[in-house]
Amino acid sequence: MLHDCPVGDSRGQTVVFIPRDRYLGVMKKLADDGFTMCVDLTAVDYLSHPGRSLPEGVQAERFEVVANLLSMQRRERLRVRVQVPENDPTLESLFDLHPGTEAMEREVFDMFGISFSGHPDLTRILMPEDWDGHPLRKDFAQGRIPVQFKGAAS
Amino acid sequence: MTISDLRKTTVAAGTSEGAQEMKPRSESTAKELFREVGAVLRMSEAEAAQLADTGVVSEDQTMIINMGPSHPSTHGVLRLMLELQGETVLRCKPIIGYLHTGMEKTGESLSFLQGGTNVTRMDYASPLNNELVFSLATEKLLGIDQDIPERAVWMRMLLSELNRMSSHLLFMATNGMDLGAVSMMIYGWREREEVLRFFQKVTGLRMNHNFIRPGGVAADLPPGWRDDVLHILDLLPPRLEEYDVLMTGQPIWRERLQGIGVITKDEAIALGATGPILRSTGVAWDLRRDMPYLRYDDVDFDVIVGTYGDAFDRYSIRLAEIRESMKIVRQILDRMPKGNFRIQDKKVTPPPRARIDESMEALIHHFKIFTEGFKVPEGEVYVAIESPRGEIGCYIASDGSSTPYRMHVRAPSFVNIQALPHMMRGGLVADAVAVISSVDPVLGEVDR
Repeated sequence: MLHDCPVGDSRGQTVVFIPRDRYLGVMKKLADDGFTMCVDLTAVDYLSHPGRSLPEGVQAERFEVVANLLSMQRRERLRVRVQVPENDPTLESLFDLHPGTEAMEREVFDMFGISFSGHPDLTRILMPEDWDGHPLRKDFAQGRIPVQFKGAAS
Repeated sequence: MTISDLRKTTVAAGTSEGAQEMKPRSESTAKELFREVGAVLRMSEAEAAQLADTGVVSEDQTMIINMGPSHPSTHGVLRLMLELQGETVLRCKPIIGYLHTGMEKTGESLSFLQGGTNVTRMDYASPLNNELVFSLATEKLLGIDQDIPERAVWMRMLLSELNRMSSHLLFMATNGMDLGAVSMMIYGWREREEVLRFFQKVTGLRMNHNFIRPGGVAADLPPGWRDDVLHILDLLPPRLEEYDVLMTGQPIWRERLQGIGVITKDEAIALGATGPILRSTGVAWDLRRDMPYLRYDDVDFDVIVGTYGDAFDRYSIRLAEIRESMKIVRQILDRMPKGNFRIQDKKVTPPPRARIDESMEALIHHFKIFTEGFKVPEGEVYVAIESPRGEIGCYIASDGSSTPYRMHVRAPSFVNIQALPHMMRGGLVADAVAVISSVDPVLGEVDR
């Protein structure tokens, strides 16, 4: 347990499972512990793989936001996984704590449709602004939608 | 494009998701400025607005212009929206996505053996590093990361260092070209070609090799490889000295770069910037030394750091890193072990070509591995290595099948590009080109 959150081990890498309602608070504590850099933030849609193994006390949800933290002083990495439910895909933004997550959170919003509350500029980043849907969701199959072009001469 | 035109287009393209464009100053001043200044310097919104207040708030005196997406100095298709007052850049917003081809989605339908062909096209200036990080992540999931034969490990190191050299030589060329040293472009390209010629001999291709694969590398080094590497190592030092004469020592060159695009240590760490950008601020952080992978702890090299965090430091760091990489390559030449170039684990390695002619089982095995792929146990890993641009990471979640359930690449350029607004604020528009160039973004990797 780290800050009262279940800790797991994945191929020798430490993973901490933070409940969604305590996400920002624990991330602040981790930053104080020396994990000053958030190198990566992404998400996984576990729609078609529901039976994944999670430590006890962690309720599996459809989405999972994954953040990789780095402590330069201790030369250590720590991975944070947060369960985000399908019916309310929102999470607090890390922007105030790690401003470098700005583009990464926008990418997750763009690709998975997970909203980050408190993000200063939550718009699509890679897809066109008028794109329908969120491509990295598992129910957004490749080739499902005819290629969307706008303004092309017909 | 005037602001009113811009407003019109923003409205036309408006959706519930909101526009990506920079909003006019009147609509977003405090918030926008806070995002650019306050957040990284840890100040309140009011303090940030005060600091960033240049005394001009009237929209009549400023102008928003688009630089890119198709601009020779944007290294691909990067679009910058710049708010200018005269020649001074007040605000800047990078807009990306023009090269987005859904490579992470594609990666979910390619087997672990085919995945290399996909990731190698992300950072097309250092493809071997992309393949390496993907292979390392796959091997960690398979649990064979400790069993890779020594020769394969050292070959990977050789290729990844040569790739660092070719990538930095490309930077020398483009940085020179962006700043008007056009002969430098030809020189940089010429030297890079020498390295690419070696890659072609080893892997069959100049770029997008798919040579480093889970389990090892695709083939052994060709006969005469040592002479080819020595040829590069002998050829480069005098050429690098030429660069010093042409650029490093030149007053014009220094004037264009020194004190331009300054970023501080705290800003760089807060923004998650890595590689030469972080090192230019004086932070000695290099994954090869600090969290060694392959056999980097067995070779001797220096981590180059800057002092001022400006464009000149970033240029000098890359030039010096070419020399450091050459030092590493020489050590690799001396220590290259004999043995297998890929793991002899039947699960991930196809049988040798000669066996296919003799054995039905080998033929079936070969066919199965290349059509179906190999199954990777359930789990998730994040592996990071030092690419020429910074920390490139690969996050793979597997559900036990032969394709990754989710494959994410932490692209250094994608994160580094966020530093652009901070580097450009208050600078001249003519220096914007120098700043973009000094970040050395590869847009294939930014947009994936």
